[in-house]
Amino acid sequence: MKKGVMRPGHVQIRVLDMEEALTHYRDLVGLIEMDRDDQGRVYLKAWSEIDKFSVVLREADEPGLDFFAFKCIDEATVDSLRSELIKYGCNVEDIPAGDLKDCGRRVQFDTPTGHTFELYASKEQTGKWGINPVNPEAWPEGLKGMKAVRFDHALLYGPNIDGSTEIFTDILGFDLAEQVLTADGTRIASFLTCSSKAHDVAFIECPELGKFHHASFLLETWDDVLRAADLISMRDVSIDIGPTRHGLTHGKTIYFFDPSGNRTEVFCGGDYHYPDHPTITWQEEQLGKAIFYHDRVLNERFLTVLT
Amino acid sequence: MSQTITKHKIQVINQGQEFLCPSEISLLIGMETINSHCINVGCRGGGCGVCKIRVVNGSFSSKKMSKAHITDKELQDGFVLACRIFPTSDLEIEVIHSPDPKQIIV
Repeated sequence: MKKGVMRPGHVQIRVLDMEEALTHYRDLVGLIEMDRDDQGRVYLKAWSEIDKFSVVLREADEPGLDFFAFKCIDEATVDSLRSELIKYGCNVEDIPAGDLKDCGRRVQFDTPTGHTFELYASKEQTGKWGINPVNPEAWPEGLKGMKAVRFDHALLYGPNIDGSTEIFTDILGFDLAEQVLTADGTRIASFLTCSSKAHDVAFIECPELGKFHHASFLLETWDDVLRAADLISMRDVSIDIGPTRHGLTHGKTIYFFDPSGNRTEVFCGGDYHYPDHPTITWQEEQLGKAIFYHDRVLNERFLTVLT
Repeated sequence: MSQTITKHKIQVINQGQEFLCPSEISLLIGMETINSHCINVGCRGGGCGVCKIRVVNGSFSSKKMSKAHITDKELQDGFVLACRIFPTSDLEIEVIHSPDPKQIIV
């Protein structure tokens, strides 16, 4: 049941060197640098997004994910979900408006997998970059690199994904679109959606708390994914795997790493989900095919290399 | 006239292997370039810790690496991530592959 959580809003990613990170997120992925703050954080967005930013980069000694925020339909929704999260037993922290530039107050909460999430409802809307909202053209000129269309989702690794899955389904109103189950019925992967997308957030079981697997950005076509692969070679960027297709969600994909070792995905296509759709299940013995549909073997780096 | 690139000899003493690596590229990329597999390859960006080694002998320059995987104390003791160091002399190294890798339950 939908409870007013609309979509992924932003991620704050830790990087070892800001200028190197910008060559990745801005110049290669093609995000637009929108602002910087007095803490040295840099705010970026993909061109089709209405809100001012969706990716915040923070320089730190350890790469990884600080938090992943979802935008709610209104402030009353943030209040009611805040109460439910507290009642459920999450640690909840109120972050005042302006802590992130031009973003309203945020409610932070933790999950059993060791990740920090946020809910918020207000952020400055600058509109699609380079596009007039009246009689809009198809796309803006002047985009860089892979020309990412939007920040789409993130995959996170941690222990007790059932606990995190329950918070997203029972409290936040997400649907479990896909899952991976072992022979004894233990869930080892959850793909959750609050929209008609195949996933807005996903979890994979691993013993370490709070690990970041990747942030993912949408491209329009398979040809764009191939061109992204060309740019990865042309600029000698650290590649993980692809271009290929996932079994889970059936998206067409390529994975590569930012200069601090955080994994990035760009992808196109894939499945959709409506609230009346039953959860799709992959069996653990088909996990290789579920993750990379063509190779059909388990890829150790995909399962173990995390920040 | 072509310039000669100085290549340093990298001895992996606990694997009985050696390879040549110029100062311009990281030790890990140097290893991958010759299709050796003696050091595990992860993110190649100093973030995941998979390519942890200890430099026993020799000198190198380095880039920032995650303190989650190389603490200040470890750095003093010669522990580094192979993707973040650039040899400035011949090196003797030990590979530190975790006996209990961060493995999901599959």
